[in-house]
Amino acid sequence: MDTGVRKVKSVRLENVRKTFGGQRGVEEVDIEIRPGEFFTFLGPSGCGKTTTLRMIAGFYYPTSGRILFDGQDVTYWKPEKRNIGMVFQNYALFPHMTVFENVAFGLEVRRLSRNVIKEKTERAIRMVHLEGYGNRKITELSGGQQQRVALARALVIEPGILLLDEPLSNLDAKLREETRIEIKRLQTEIGVTTVYVTHDQTEAMTMSDRIMVMKDGVVQQVGSPQEIYNRPVNQFVASFIGESNLLDGEVLEVQDGRAAVDVGGNRLIGLAANASPNTRLVRGAKVKLLVRPESVMVGDGPNPLTGTVLLAEFKGFGISYLMQAGPLQLKAMSVNVGRGILQRGDEVTVHIPEQGIYFIGE
Amino acid sequence: MEPATAWNKTMQSVKSGFVRSNVAVYVLISPLLLVLLAYVVYPFYQTFVQSAQNADGAFSLANYVKFFNWSASRANLEALWTSVYISILSVVTCGIVGVSMAFLLERYEFPGRRWLALFALVPMAFPPLIGALSFTFLYGESGIFPRAFQALFGLAEVPFALRGVAGVLVVHTFTMYTYFYLNASAAIRELDPSLEEAARSLGAGRLRIWRKVILPMMTPSLVAASLLVFMTSMASYTAPLMFGVERTMTMQIYLSRTNGNLDMAATQSTILSLVSISFLILMKWYQNRRNYQNQNKGVGPHRTEVRSPAVKYLFMALSVVGVIVLMLPILVIVLLSFSVDGAWTVQILPTSYTVQHYIDLFTDERTWRPVWNSIRMSLIATAGNIVFGVAAAYAMVRLPFRGKTLMDVVIMVPWALPGTVVAVNLIAAFSQPSVFSFNQVLIGTFWIVPLAYFVRHLPLVFRSASASLLLADRSVEEAARSLGANWWLAFRRVVLPTILAGIFAGALLSFVQGIGEFVASILIYNVSTMPLSVAIFQKLYAFQFGTACAYGVLQILLIILVLAISQKLGGSKAGAPM
Repeated sequence: MDTGVRKVKSVRLENVRKTFGGQRGVEEVDIEIRPGEFFTFLGPSGCGKTTTLRMIAGFYYPTSGRILFDGQDVTYWKPEKRNIGMVFQNYALFPHMTVFENVAFGLEVRRLSRNVIKEKTERAIRMVHLEGYGNRKITELSGGQQQRVALARALVIEPGILLLDEPLSNLDAKLREETRIEIKRLQTEIGVTTVYVTHDQTEAMTMSDRIMVMKDGVVQQVGSPQEIYNRPVNQFVASFIGESNLLDGEVLEVQDGRAAVDVGGNRLIGLAANASPNTRLVRGAKVKLLVRPESVMVGDGPNPLTGTVLLAEFKGFGISYLMQAGPLQLKAMSVNVGRGILQRGDEVTVHIPEQGIYFIGE
Repeated sequence: MEPATAWNKTMQSVKSGFVRSNVAVYVLISPLLLVLLAYVVYPFYQTFVQSAQNADGAFSLANYVKFFNWSASRANLEALWTSVYISILSVVTCGIVGVSMAFLLERYEFPGRRWLALFALVPMAFPPLIGALSFTFLYGESGIFPRAFQALFGLAEVPFALRGVAGVLVVHTFTMYTYFYLNASAAIRELDPSLEEAARSLGAGRLRIWRKVILPMMTPSLVAASLLVFMTSMASYTAPLMFGVERTMTMQIYLSRTNGNLDMAATQSTILSLVSISFLILMKWYQNRRNYQNQNKGVGPHRTEVRSPAVKYLFMALSVVGVIVLMLPILVIVLLSFSVDGAWTVQILPTSYTVQHYIDLFTDERTWRPVWNSIRMSLIATAGNIVFGVAAAYAMVRLPFRGKTLMDVVIMVPWALPGTVVAVNLIAAFSQPSVFSFNQVLIGTFWIVPLAYFVRHLPLVFRSASASLLLADRSVEEAARSLGANWWLAFRRVVLPTILAGIFAGALLSFVQGIGEFVASILIYNVSTMPLSVAIFQKLYAFQFGTACAYGVLQILLIILVLAISQKLGGSKAGAPM
């Protein structure tokens, strides 16, 4: 928050591996997080994202590989030497201290003068909109307020890196959105390098500059939210991020940069460039087609399909449909612009634009 | 309106008024209040009356003036002072031993840790008399170790021996450090590891984390343990008795009583009660004031593996020493239980052995009698405890009524009162006929001892029953009621089964405490109802160590059995005194 001589750091994980007594924790993580970047580790629980974060924090040491901050090897540094700010899933606020004492703790450790501590702490408390709460006990705060104290405590020490371990998972839906925006605002203002751990793809998509998707300790894909969403490298990433139709198909022919595929008796045509690296687009090859529901549009057009509506869900901003088209079940979405809503049993024609089809290898 | 319907209406309004005004609740709890009034409050009041009257029966504080008059007699004030300073020192020694054990065992992983953790709880298996007894056998003036060293170095006198206040302190440390150990262990286990990590991420070193995070978080449980040890030390009677420290409050009460100075015994009792009760209130107040709720989640507690070989061996050696020190008291009791009575005089160890004491135990009617007395009296007291403890727990947890706090205190008072005081109170109340004893003199009869056990151990059943009730979901009972079950059916079919394990654990504890009870028994037993502990004490004075120790082994086995059963039931927490 001090815009003065703050040093924002880069983080490099070099072939980092971690095993717990022979059991695999994390496999070969090799990434570079740029200064000021908002970087998210995303994956289901047990995928190794928290383990990786804790190695950056210094609570675990890698079994092999190196961790570098700004090119400096910190692999075996103790956590207290790393100048990191960390927000824990359960906030880990000191229950025997007031809000002020919690926030001031890291500054006291750094032996700053009383006046400076007071000034910085008060500024941090203001920054998270908790003016007047300084003398409150932690137990007298709501979940959202506790969360903000945890943020203030992590940021007041002007960390080189901010680490957030599922910070929103203990909040209710409404607060979660509010706090998400708040965290992003603070991060943008301060510009601190941030590593964020979550299993919630919405959080990951909306907040991050880049996302690392993990599964069973193995990195699946690293990329911007758009890349991850539009060009997932495999079925896991495709289905983990966002809603999706994953259809089985067999390649009929490839011509002029277009691929025709048989999907349940329908001939669908997509762009051959719209394919994950492991895809073999040759005649007779089995492929998966990723079609996002928003690419399945009601009305006639390229790649048309007809069927009946099984389920219609009105979501306010749009309508989600589940439809049966021959052997296929398709999820479709249309934006709510005041047109009527189809009912269960209605006959419907949908189409899929060519760029709405993405091929993934088996 | 027809008269019949009017009548019905009136009846309905009377009925609903009955429920609304909670008259039903008061009808339910009045027997409880009556029992508490009769056997806790009234005896206490009688003791006070006895202490506060002169020879003519008029009100007078002469006894209290005498107690606090330094120039007339120093014994009383000295006793008060000795009791207090032994208690404070006990808190310190128990705290040091208990907390270091807790940290060693909870935070570090080293060879032998599991064994030490297992044996750390051994002192809980000692009835008070046996604990003190084993230490005099091991380390007293004619104990095994001092004699062994004397022989080893050919000395004229024993080089060291536990005696006096030091002896009392060692026994207190051995028997009471578990309060600190259990409380500190629980606190360490519940300590959210992410708090420590948060402090580290903010740059705090080991020392600062200790000072600023761990210790403050543990303070409530350490204070609770301190108060507990202090109260137990103030009430301690057997250790001063075995080590001949006469100037303690409990010993003074005993001496005044045996010298026939009943007024003074009553005065001393009242003063000691006031100290104990004020500590009880202090403890309640403190527990309500400080309550850090941990939201412990995710990463579990971690033990640091000791890697440095030197430290590893040090810890191992400590474990071995610890296990030996903890086991010796049991071993010596077992060993002596096989020794021939009267054969162990100046030798290091008894020279001749026999299994006769165990055979006698089950064949000789006279040897068996105290065991049977204790079982009978303890069973009667436990039955009473179950009925009233469960009823009181249900009333306290589930029913709304005025005067709850008062009832809570009155139920817990017997737990804070030293056994000596409970006995003196009962003597004061029931050495003449009263309404509460159905116009009988209870002193000298069979019933007085079970009554003392009942009063002393009521809190045990009450606590474990109310702990299980608090855990049980209230809506389960409401569901039963909504399905048409009346109160009694709902209680019998739904509430009782869910808390049965808790009740059973409390009842078992109450039963073994009764079997081991000595402090109150020694003041009120009569020859035909002599309980086990008093028999042990008398055998000791008759130099029949073997028989005494065989009795002791029986008590220890019973307690271990009960502890094991309640551990199985998961009622171990309810069994802890606080």
